[in-house]
Amino acid sequence: MQEAMIRRAKELLADGTVNRVLGWQRGEFVYDVTPAVFASPDELDASFVYNDFCGANLSKYLVAESRKEGKVLAFLKPCDTYSLNQLTAEHRVVRENIYAIGLPCEGKADVEALKAAGAAGITGIADGGDTFTVHTLYGDQTVAKADALAERCANCKSKQCVTYDELLGENGAVQNSHRFDMVEQLENMTADERYAFWQGELSRCIRCNACRNACPACTCEKCVFDNPQSGIANTAPADSFEEKLFHIIRAFHVAGRCTDCGECSRVCPQHIPLHLLNRKFIKDINELYGPYQAGADVAARGPLTDFTFEDCEPSVVHERGVN
Amino acid sequence: MQRIGVFVCWCGSNIAATVDVKQVAETLKSEPGVVFAADYQYMCSEAGQNLIKDAIRDHKLTGVVICSCSPRMHEATFRKTAAAAGLNPYMVEIANIREQCSWIHKDKAVATEKAIILGRAAIAKVHLNAPLTPGESPVTKRALVIGGGIAGIQTALDIAEAGFPVDIVEKQPTIGGKMAQLDKTFPTLDCAACILTPKMVDAAQHENIHIYAYSEVEEVKGFVGNFSVTIRKKARMVDPVKCTGCGLCTEKCPMKKVPNEFNLGMNNRSAIYIPFAQAVPKVATIDPAYCIKMKTGKCGLCSTVCEAGAIDYTQQDELVEEQYGAIVVATGYNPIKLDQFDEFAYAQSPDVITSLEFERLTNAAGPTAGTLLRPSDGKHPHTIVFVQCVGSRCDGGKGKSYCSKICCMYTAKHAMLTREKYPDTDVYVFYIDVRTPGKNFDEFYRRAVEEYGVHYIKGMVGKVAPQADGTLLVQGSDLIENRQLRLNADLVVLAAAIEPDASARPLATKLTASMDTNDFFTEAHPKLRPVESPTAGIFLSGACQGPKDIPETVSQASAAAAKVIGLLVKDKLKGNPCVAHSNEMMCNGCSSCEKVCPYGAITYVDKEFRMPDRTTAIRRVASVNPAVCQGCGACTVACPSGAMDLNGFSNSQIMAEVDAICK
Repeated sequence: MQEAMIRRAKELLADGTVNRVLGWQRGEFVYDVTPAVFASPDELDASFVYNDFCGANLSKYLVAESRKEGKVLAFLKPCDTYSLNQLTAEHRVVRENIYAIGLPCEGKADVEALKAAGAAGITGIADGGDTFTVHTLYGDQTVAKADALAERCANCKSKQCVTYDELLGENGAVQNSHRFDMVEQLENMTADERYAFWQGELSRCIRCNACRNACPACTCEKCVFDNPQSGIANTAPADSFEEKLFHIIRAFHVAGRCTDCGECSRVCPQHIPLHLLNRKFIKDINELYGPYQAGADVAARGPLTDFTFEDCEPSVVHERGVN
Repeated sequence: MQRIGVFVCWCGSNIAATVDVKQVAETLKSEPGVVFAADYQYMCSEAGQNLIKDAIRDHKLTGVVICSCSPRMHEATFRKTAAAAGLNPYMVEIANIREQCSWIHKDKAVATEKAIILGRAAIAKVHLNAPLTPGESPVTKRALVIGGGIAGIQTALDIAEAGFPVDIVEKQPTIGGKMAQLDKTFPTLDCAACILTPKMVDAAQHENIHIYAYSEVEEVKGFVGNFSVTIRKKARMVDPVKCTGCGLCTEKCPMKKVPNEFNLGMNNRSAIYIPFAQAVPKVATIDPAYCIKMKTGKCGLCSTVCEAGAIDYTQQDELVEEQYGAIVVATGYNPIKLDQFDEFAYAQSPDVITSLEFERLTNAAGPTAGTLLRPSDGKHPHTIVFVQCVGSRCDGGKGKSYCSKICCMYTAKHAMLTREKYPDTDVYVFYIDVRTPGKNFDEFYRRAVEEYGVHYIKGMVGKVAPQADGTLLVQGSDLIENRQLRLNADLVVLAAAIEPDASARPLATKLTASMDTNDFFTEAHPKLRPVESPTAGIFLSGACQGPKDIPETVSQASAAAAKVIGLLVKDKLKGNPCVAHSNEMMCNGCSSCEKVCPYGAITYVDKEFRMPDRTTAIRRVASVNPAVCQGCGACTVACPSGAMDLNGFSNSQIMAEVDAICK
């Protein structure tokens, strides 16, 4: 796939369709592959990478990239195309300045899963088809790819690219996912149990803002948490659980617009399952206003900024809110 | 720092009995920025207002907090007071310590504490207030009346007489409404048609009135003084200009088995029809559900016989857009459906009828040409039982909780007229209470009892059972004699409750006018502004606001007209300065606000902005039209970046109030 992508990127650079390419390059470690922009065939040859660790969603980079001179080629996984559609609907990207190539995706790996399987001191990872051969300081180890899938990929919502100018390979389909199972478990807890769960998770937050910075729905010109006039910017937490408010506010902020790409949890250095907050909103919206997938249809009006006569009455929300 | 004056009103004992007003004034005096605090018996009185004016001048106040009744009551009063003393009226804030405090608390200590907190919140807000100046907008000097019953006709005539053009939109093929179906009118017993039809003709012939019959309001945009309304002219399949109303088509039409809605289905009409002889406009209408030509493509007889060539089977609905300064709702009422009241056997026997059906049975233009005959066998009924409050004053969900108001009087009228025309008839009226508060109303009812010998029985009917001999067994209780009654009646007349027309609720949504739980339109103030909707520029006429008889409807219709005229004589309207605006540096251009704006006040523009490092960038940002914005604030909560803010109710002001309350 990597060769095919580089070949196609070079063609599009050569015929002038695009003047740069948004893709991935190797990071400090073999598994931390990082988004990057390539401006020439040489740069592509030197460092363009596509492998099982290219989990990063490139769509958010298009907010800045699509406003620059000329057209940018973006390689987008199915998840990333949902984000691009949502950003297009919100006028956050200039879609005409983007040449999107949709990629098939069978799920990306999570290095934490490899580490959990016992791989410490990773020096290299070889792709063996259905398995990874992990070279470590302590010898080689083989892990099945299925066991190293990221949570969001194990519960994949869709393998379908919903917007693209060109596809590499076959388009996939919307999946029958179990992504709300954990939300349901949380809903079935008592309020005290749920509080304890979130206290355990969110107390680890170090407020590095990685979730916000990676989130494709968080693209405000001026983030409320960075705006000194908002009165809530840069305040020091009074206790270890205070950052819950940051996450709850952020979840409300992206409610109805979150495509459930899972970037928040992927980038969290403290491994907080932030996607569960967003999924709770998605699940509620689905149940109250009918199934809705943000980003699936660029022309759709989000249920929270639309009104129909079929909308549930406030009392329904209230009754549900009690449990 | 603002220099704030706090004025605590006693409202007589309304506030002072439950709130220690002296302590409120004393405590609030030590709040930051407060330089003056006083309490007074009636702050809204002239002396009270002078107290405020003097304090503004003497203490050089820059902000005023009035702790009093709801701002809905006197905010405008106190803003005028401040303006008279040279202060910007939008530097006044009201702390509602009456409706939201003294009236709902019993414990004086608790109420006093809450009043202080509410005052503190208002002070916190005033600190962030900025002087605001309202803009002006022009007034379209034309009114729309929705509904062409007696209410709509009267309102339209009065507005037209004052010299303003008025359009009436009526969904039926003719104006006239319910009153056209009535026989006699209480308490004077003049014939409804005799007094209504001249008004219908007046309306049709008035140079300032245009009637859109067989039409409905499709869409309403704009705001007071500047409404833009789309009207759907439904296809009649008849050219109303060419049609002379000769009625030949209705005679020749072979499809004559269409239930006649004007006679409530008690006889039939043809598929092409004129609702009644005095219809206005007197134009035929084809009923596409029954017309043979429309259904099968064959027939066309009406087209052949029409000498005017008015029939056009290809006619389509037409949409017209008109501009108005004011809109009057006159959508009227309907009797409720009686499916929930099986005990009265309405669905089982044709001889159990509603009072409106009874009107048609006694009307000279009705199905029996005015002779009272039983629908089942066409014989004279000799025992008639009237049942009042069928679905009115009814708890438990199957009827209406309110009193329908008109039934006592029309039932007395029916009973009296029956006894007068057919003295050999026994007439019984079952009632819960007889309510006759109106000019000459009680005299009228007493005449029915004393002169005409109508048997009034206090109690409800429990069951009506059709018998094998064709009579109806009526079982009821007589609460005064304390006994159960069983009567064999030939005819049972049910005084069905009345409810707002079904078109009212969707219309309220289009008008953004509020309704109560019974779908009656809400007035701006139940006592002091009874013909205005809380939505500016929308007025209420007739039974759409609550059950009303004809005299009351006509007076309210004229009152609504007076309010409309008062609006239309103005050349310009002062706008509301509390409108939204977008902080362009924070706006993402995401269109969320545009999507939720009910007034279409938000558009987007591409603007060039200076960016860091001496660069510029074109950004898409929201722009609010202050003349169209009504300050509802929907955009401010939809805005993901917090760029949208509302003058007078800014996010920071509201947060300051919350902080003050939580302090």
